[in-house]
Amino acid sequence: MAITTMIGAKIHRREDPRLVSGEGRYIDDFTRPGTLFLSVVRSPHAHARIKSIDITAATKAPGVVAIYTHKDFAKVIAGTMPAAPAFVAEKKQIPPRFPIADKEVAYQGEPVAVVLTETKYQSTDAANLIEVDYEPLPAVMDLEHALDANAPKAHSNAPDNVGWDLTYIPEDANVMKEADVVVKQRILQQRLAPTPMEPRGVLAEYSRPDASMTIWMSSQNPHFIRLFLAGALGIPETRIRVISPDVGGGFGSKISPYSEDYLVPAAAKLSGRPVKWIETRTESIQTTTHGRGQYFDVEAGAKKDGTLVALKVTQYLDIGAYVGTFGAFQACACLLSTGAYNWKHVSARTVGILTNRVPTDPYRGAGRPEATHLCERMIDLLAEAIQMDPAAIRRKNFITEFPHTSHFGLVYDSGEYEKAMDKAMEIAGYEKLRREQEEARKKGRYLGIGISSWIEICGFGPSAGTAPATGGIALVESAQVRVFPTGSVTVYVGTHSHGQGHDTTFPQIVADTLGVPYDMIELRHGDTAEGPAFGYGTYGSRSLAVGGMAVHKASKKIVDKARKLAAHIFEAAEEDVEFDQGHFYVKGSPDKRKALGEIAFASFGAGLPEGMEHGLEAVAYYDPSNFVWPFGTHIAVVEVDAETGAVDLQRYIAVDDCGNVINPMIVDGQIHGGIAQGIAQALFEEVVYDDDTGQMKTGTLTDYMIPTMNEFPLFELDRTVTPSPTNELGVKGIGEAGTIASSAAVINAICDALSPFGIKHVDMPASPDRLWNQIKASRGASHNGKEARK
Amino acid sequence: MKHKVATTVNGRRHEHEVEARLLLVHYLRDVVGLTGTHVGCDTSQCGACTILVDGNAVKSCTMFAVQAEGKSLTTIEGMAKDGELHPLQQAFWDEHGLQCGYCTPGFIMAASYLLSQNPNPTEDEIRKGLEGNLCRCTGYVNIIKSVQSAAKAMNGSKAKAGEHSAAARRS
Amino acid sequence: MIPAAFEYAKASSVEEAVKLLGKYGEDAKVLAGGHSLIPLMRLRLAQPKALVDINGIKELDHIKEDGSKLRIGALTRHVTLQNSNVVKDKLPLLAEVAGEVGDNQVRNMGTIGGVVAHADAAGDYPTIALMLDAEIVTNRRTIAAKDFFTDIFTTPLEADEIVTEVVFPVANGPHKYIKFRRRLFDWAIVGAAAQKMNGGWRIGLTNVGSTPVRAKAVEEALQKGAKPEEAAQQASEGLNPSGDLRASPEYKKHLARVLTKRAIEQAG
Repeated sequence: MAITTMIGAKIHRREDPRLVSGEGRYIDDFTRPGTLFLSVVRSPHAHARIKSIDITAATKAPGVVAIYTHKDFAKVIAGTMPAAPAFVAEKKQIPPRFPIADKEVAYQGEPVAVVLTETKYQSTDAANLIEVDYEPLPAVMDLEHALDANAPKAHSNAPDNVGWDLTYIPEDANVMKEADVVVKQRILQQRLAPTPMEPRGVLAEYSRPDASMTIWMSSQNPHFIRLFLAGALGIPETRIRVISPDVGGGFGSKISPYSEDYLVPAAAKLSGRPVKWIETRTESIQTTTHGRGQYFDVEAGAKKDGTLVALKVTQYLDIGAYVGTFGAFQACACLLSTGAYNWKHVSARTVGILTNRVPTDPYRGAGRPEATHLCERMIDLLAEAIQMDPAAIRRKNFITEFPHTSHFGLVYDSGEYEKAMDKAMEIAGYEKLRREQEEARKKGRYLGIGISSWIEICGFGPSAGTAPATGGIALVESAQVRVFPTGSVTVYVGTHSHGQGHDTTFPQIVADTLGVPYDMIELRHGDTAEGPAFGYGTYGSRSLAVGGMAVHKASKKIVDKARKLAAHIFEAAEEDVEFDQGHFYVKGSPDKRKALGEIAFASFGAGLPEGMEHGLEAVAYYDPSNFVWPFGTHIAVVEVDAETGAVDLQRYIAVDDCGNVINPMIVDGQIHGGIAQGIAQALFEEVVYDDDTGQMKTGTLTDYMIPTMNEFPLFELDRTVTPSPTNELGVKGIGEAGTIASSAAVINAICDALSPFGIKHVDMPASPDRLWNQIKASRGASHNGKEARK
Repeated sequence: MKHKVATTVNGRRHEHEVEARLLLVHYLRDVVGLTGTHVGCDTSQCGACTILVDGNAVKSCTMFAVQAEGKSLTTIEGMAKDGELHPLQQAFWDEHGLQCGYCTPGFIMAASYLLSQNPNPTEDEIRKGLEGNLCRCTGYVNIIKSVQSAAKAMNGSKAKAGEHSAAARRS
Repeated sequence: MIPAAFEYAKASSVEEAVKLLGKYGEDAKVLAGGHSLIPLMRLRLAQPKALVDINGIKELDHIKEDGSKLRIGALTRHVTLQNSNVVKDKLPLLAEVAGEVGDNQVRNMGTIGGVVAHADAAGDYPTIALMLDAEIVTNRRTIAAKDFFTDIFTTPLEADEIVTEVVFPVANGPHKYIKFRRRLFDWAIVGAAAQKMNGGWRIGLTNVGSTPVRAKAVEEALQKGAKPEEAAQQASEGLNPSGDLRASPEYKKHLARVLTKRAIEQAG
């Protein structure tokens, strides 16, 4: 019998007392006796040939124990770094990538040498003394011209800069002809630096006698790192232990293995001492993978009555100098580009382009924010073209029948898109806002209202869909539940919590499934030495819908075995034994009941049924039957200062639906943070390189603009609940939803505000200078403050 | 050349010989051994390293340990008293004012300074008072709520932060 | 990141500080609030051989009324200026500007002398000092603000000369400083200050060139009775700002005009 006392409750987080007390343990808080500090010497050039490396002066610097370059690492690191073929079948070029450069560097920040010293301060000093002689090579910085015949090559021995070129669905020009209006737009997705507040870091200790390696690192998926390192270092997984302790944010940037993840353990092996490296913020912005970095050429057609006809999408994606381990995942923007709507036809092509910038890889949303942004922008452009209200055109075209099979063969599991939009419009006071906008315009003030009705594919993922994308390992999830003799329970999971609150939410699930008091349940994660043989990590809003289900499944195995034992103890038939609120009893005799804890105790004792093993523990791997598809509508209200181009984001309303909710407080928190990151993309953040020199110009938080709390309003949240039919808990993911929805809402609001100027589209970030330039252009050359034409 | 530095950290006296260039945050973390104060940037922006120096909020990555000679320092580890969380710590817990927790010590220290200067800040005063701290997880909504809730609790309002949370927390 | 090693000495008087600076020569730097210097040192964009710490010189931390003048000790922290009743009364514009520098943590450490001596064109105090004809007093002379800010990060200060005081005129008429930026704790993309004084206006601009700018053409136009909007059109006259990540030269000139107009209109 299902009981739901904990699921859905606002339970405060267990990890918080530790974290608010300064007793969180992040990577830089760990050390081992005799630890050496490693600094990385990096290429200052976007593209150059390494002529020589002179370590003479550095060798003599105080505290220097060793200096290693490619030739040293080549002895202990085998093979190249992994790049998943992902959703792009026709891969054309994956440049081989070794963790440290040999003859040629292909992006600013690529490692060239490392220095190991006795103290942290010495390592920076010594690294500055290593002299590398470079011969600069022409760099590929201009995405739009990178495929020109005369363009420089990102790698000097490469035939061209095409990483991939794949047409998912070819164009059918005849369908577009059915449209009364066709709008075209190029839409930029600027490069973003994920910028978790805790930069990356690695501490490695190698035991020669045991031939074993222990690695502490700030990672979203320690098991994958162990898998990759086992192969590269030639150490069996059984002798590599990866521990990912408290992690200060990831946002996708701590999924893939990095150069330092190989170099630090290898340096520990070479030097025979524990070695630690902690990324600086500048290193983080320069060398941790970036998100987005794309532009789209899009055409959309509709009938005069608002019926959507056809969408044509071409994605040009800046891969960077090497294909990120999960970099090709971002091509999923094409697959989600139709959004929440019925289109008669869609065509899509993705082109991945190699450049001399740091690789791109998943960043919160990874492909899906891009999809929402382009779809929701095109919907607004169509609405404008046919003079229809943006809400009305959405309402007219929403998908209403589920399951819905998309043009790309993906199956949307459930949704009530209109309901969420209605609720958002009601909270916003949509009609009233439109009237206020009208009044404000008369006074020369430019209010804008932006709608973004988003959908998402998440919960990665069904083995059939994901194994080809990862090179063979399905993104299923594992859990182990162990019941101790007195009835306390430890749960081990393969996901990793770095802010998502799994320590609290997963025990909520177990408490309901086992009927054991919540306080008797502990969650453990982030240590490959514990729990099932493999875990798949946390990203892609998968932890609950896949990992939570693995926990639920393992818990049910516990109940199944305990029921057998209870039947034996009651001397009853198994099918006559009821389980309710954590107690077993024989049908009709609820007074004579035994708690799960009592059965657990019995399972370690004598007199078990014939053939039953002792103990009460279970491992489960959960392979979902489908992805899950959360959705919702966000509304942004802005005022643009037409004189300066400054945007005042006045209100932000979000109604989201992630199916059943385990812990509403945590769900809301995830949405808050996601919205903030999407707004940050819309208004503030951009990684900028100098196109001539290839040097990054935004290498500190002075120039890479993470917003402060002064740049956001208090978000107004509500939800609808449409359970997922995909899993027994009825849950969907929510970690990325806010980011997926919000950039489009803000930009649509700005475009709406500026429509009296004839401005139809604004690229991101919508900085004051960018908007001022557009407003100025629309007004002609005049800059004397004369207000816009009506 | 090493310099003697004597400080009081969370009420305990410390004396060490340090290099002049040792940043105060590294002194606290690596010399005194208090790792609750974090480093999140190189340029004095993020505020993760915020501590109190003689009661004033300071970014400890932008001060040398030698400058702390004779000063009284308070870090996040010094906030709880007799095993009881400080009202700000309690409020961040109650209001879900943190996710990954990395920026949290800096926020709590900056907020404690803010409340020492202005015990009843408005929402705008909280925003302005914490402009020097960056958070990447929360969108700041619940941080603002946390500071409001702590201010109430510290002003002895009936709505004590601890009471409503105890029931909800069920622990 | 980690600064390069340096020698460190504490001075307890101006004389001692000057002596120490003389000893270390050109490669020495004064350490006051450190909020410009230390980040540069961490990025190793600055690598002084020695730092002379003047934070212990108590005599440099003062706010004194002196007839029609307000004498601000070089070590006065932004937070002190922001909250000082004397400053709020005699030169409220300065208190307003102090409250817009950096953030609380920065304001607790940063000093007016440090900002002035650093002479960053994006600094806020230099604009106020220039437009109000403030004087910068050092251990050996008094320099008019108009002669002090000679180029970006460049002043007439000698290697062994330190700023001891900034002397402002008293001015408590209508005033406004508008610091235009994207994030609240950022430097000004452009800043504009307006101060009504002695029957006329003083107008200053931040970050529109290699030094702070006094917009005399605007002041004169206002004197002749031009409306703020008309007068403000003169704000960009003669400006030659360099572009950066946040703004093109043209946009900065535009902001100079718009913000000047608004500062005059909003001055209260």
